[in-house]
Amino acid sequence: MRLIINGETQIVAATTLSQLLTALEYEGEWLATAVNGELIHREERDDHALADNDRIEILTPMQGG
Amino acid sequence: MLELYGTEIPSRLLLGTARYPSPAMLAESVKRSQTGIVTVSLRRETAGGRNGGAFFEMIRELGVRVLPNTAGCHGVSEAVLTAKMAREVFRTNWIKLEVIGNHDTLQPDVFALVEAARILSDEGFEVFPYTTDDLIVAERLLDAGCQVLMPWCAPIGTAAGPLNLSALRSMRAHFPDVPLIVDAGIGRPSHAAIVMELGFDAVLLNTAVAGAGDPAAMPAGRLSARACWSRAIWPCPRRPSSERRFSRDARSILPDRR
Repeated sequence: MRLIINGETQIVAATTLSQLLTALEYEGEWLATAVNGELIHREERDDHALADNDRIEILTPMQGG
Repeated sequence: MLELYGTEIPSRLLLGTARYPSPAMLAESVKRSQTGIVTVSLRRETAGGRNGGAFFEMIRELGVRVLPNTAGCHGVSEAVLTAKMAREVFRTNWIKLEVIGNHDTLQPDVFALVEAARILSDEGFEVFPYTTDDLIVAERLLDAGCQVLMPWCAPIGTAAGPLNLSALRSMRAHFPDVPLIVDAGIGRPSHAAIVMELGFDAVLLNTAVAGAGDPAAMPAGRLSARACWSRAIWPCPRRPSSERRFSRDARSILPDRR
């Protein structure tokens, strides 16, 4: 499947958001995810099926003013 | 004591967490400043997500309240989504709403800011809008549901200090009951002293502290954390009303004493 992850196009085998995070070795309670501009809550990731050309955002905390 | 959205905050100094020489220096600055609130941000994490995780843990261990921001967002939908993602991570309804209108000056897009503030307030967020000193924009933000305003006193990162005293004075006079926090432009302790004398409720510092020679230590004559700032502005003038030039209610940024 072709996905745009944090702005970069990648080909992945994952079919759900949870599988994608695992495949890319994202882990931790500090992640926030969105698909096509909509927040996907932590507890929704297992059931969230991905589709070709989905835009995935994966954000984590950083320093800020 | 400073009260923001019903929460009492024991300090009138908010501290940004960006651009410190090291994480250890940041942690030390937070501790020594005795700030009650630090601002944080979100970024796209490369696979693994471990940098963000380490920062998250460090902030959590500091035990201060976190105010996430939407730094770098340039439109309503981007800012709203980032706010929702910040709530997911930091588990707070607080959001420092920044909608940037100009890439170079980082001046807020106040039209998009008001729209985003309304959407987020309707969704249960407690919005701290980074705005200018424009009174009408401030009114619109309050109408949109904001109960705190965070005007600049000069553009972000300039350290230029309060550029428009008249506007800041007007803002204080027009909104006597709204917590007003100067969010940007303070570069020296004297700048903080001026806005606190005008009656502002608190100041947010970042570059001025992070860019000090030694942010956590407190050498005389340098900008640094609490000692320098408090030395400069405390005790805050509380003159009889006939002698007050600036405000009827000047405040200190030191932690309130009980």
